[in-house]
Amino acid sequence: MLSGVIYTARDAAHKRLVQALEGGGELPFDLGGQTIYYSGPTPARPGQVIGSAGPTTSARMDVYTPPLLAAGVRAVIGKGGRSTAVKEALQQYKAVYLAAVGGIGALLAQCVKEAEVIAYPDLGAEAVRRLVVADFPAIVASDIYGEDLYVRVNAEYRRGG
Amino acid sequence: MREIKAADITRTVANLFQEANFVLGRDVLTALKAAEKSEESPLGREALGQIIKNAGVALKAQLPLCQDCGSAVVFLEVGQDAHVTGGDLYEAVTRGVRQGYAQGYLRKSMVGRPFSARENTGDNTPPVIHADIVPGNHLKITVMPKGGGAENMSRLAMLKPADGRGGIIDLVLRTVAEAGGNPCPPLIIGLGVGATSDQAMLLAKRALLRQLGAPSTDAEVAELEEEILTRVNGLGVGPLGFGGSTTALAVHAEVRPTHIASLPVAVNLQCHSARHKEAVL
Repeated sequence: MLSGVIYTARDAAHKRLVQALEGGGELPFDLGGQTIYYSGPTPARPGQVIGSAGPTTSARMDVYTPPLLAAGVRAVIGKGGRSTAVKEALQQYKAVYLAAVGGIGALLAQCVKEAEVIAYPDLGAEAVRRLVVADFPAIVASDIYGEDLYVRVNAEYRRGG
Repeated sequence: MREIKAADITRTVANLFQEANFVLGRDVLTALKAAEKSEESPLGREALGQIIKNAGVALKAQLPLCQDCGSAVVFLEVGQDAHVTGGDLYEAVTRGVRQGYAQGYLRKSMVGRPFSARENTGDNTPPVIHADIVPGNHLKITVMPKGGGAENMSRLAMLKPADGRGGIIDLVLRTVAEAGGNPCPPLIIGLGVGATSDQAMLLAKRALLRQLGAPSTDAEVAELEEEILTRVNGLGVGPLGFGGSTTALAVHAEVRPTHIASLPVAVNLQCHSARHKEAVL
């Protein structure tokens, strides 16, 4: 269960963040010690903090992840397996990959207490949002020791095939 | 000749897309509840429990089940004696998508210039429309908000006739195993076999509209569906790839005659948030 501040960013925002890191451009927020959540929420209805806000497929962010970890990101939240390069970077920079259940955006929206667009508003659903979450359910999928939940459980439950 | 007004088409499409995004189909919910009971993995059961709970929250709060409100796929069955008045049919559908995605606070997920600028079109258009002309004077509209995750893990293979039944099974198993948790299992697997490449992919997507778990009316195809389902569930991918015995809820196969040189096999994956609604005008 996660409580605290996380920042949403997915495909388009990752591309811009890494471009900023590589080109020496300005980052919209200090990455040091932060948690990134791969999510592009639906628009909030009037009176709602946020719309539906579940995780998107992490593999699409694989190529952008090692530089962000090098820049200080300590945890990333998404769904599905990661590449070897990402798992190695997680070990190298002592960061974790957390998996949230995909497709439960309405339920996860209830865990979001505050939400604010803080960068790239032109990206709409893909903008960077600062979220304050309480009791957000996620499990450790890849840790600082190179353990991969997805690999371990698949071996456990495979039969015949 | 029966007249069907473009404005009625627009309003219907708008309502159907909202309903599809907020209300999970009863057949899907029933299958998920049964899966929660039979699932071997504790983590898998927990994930299924959250999925079921999510359906309740979405319905009550009028929140989309999933934040990915999908590409707007629309199937039209146009009776050949129906006459659309007051506007262009496809334009009426497009207006309906625009209105529905705005009124329902649904996510706008379409981008233009897909290999360069990738700029959001702002209103979730253009829709993907498939139309069939059929006997009758009605217009049947089926909407399927199709999420990108499962769609991305879909596959087409132009097999050799010699690859045969075994080749079809191997393709599906490889597709599901390689996709892992990415398409958000438990899946509904749409399979299109035969015809040409384009028709095979369309058959696979249409197959997702079938009542969940209803077998093919062709005994030989039904046997193939059942064998694939059992073997897919033996892969151990499990709910959301967390490991378990429920990787797919159903396999629906649509098979057509094909060229003497060909065995086209299309696999279209549907995630557990299997959303489609229909109406007849």
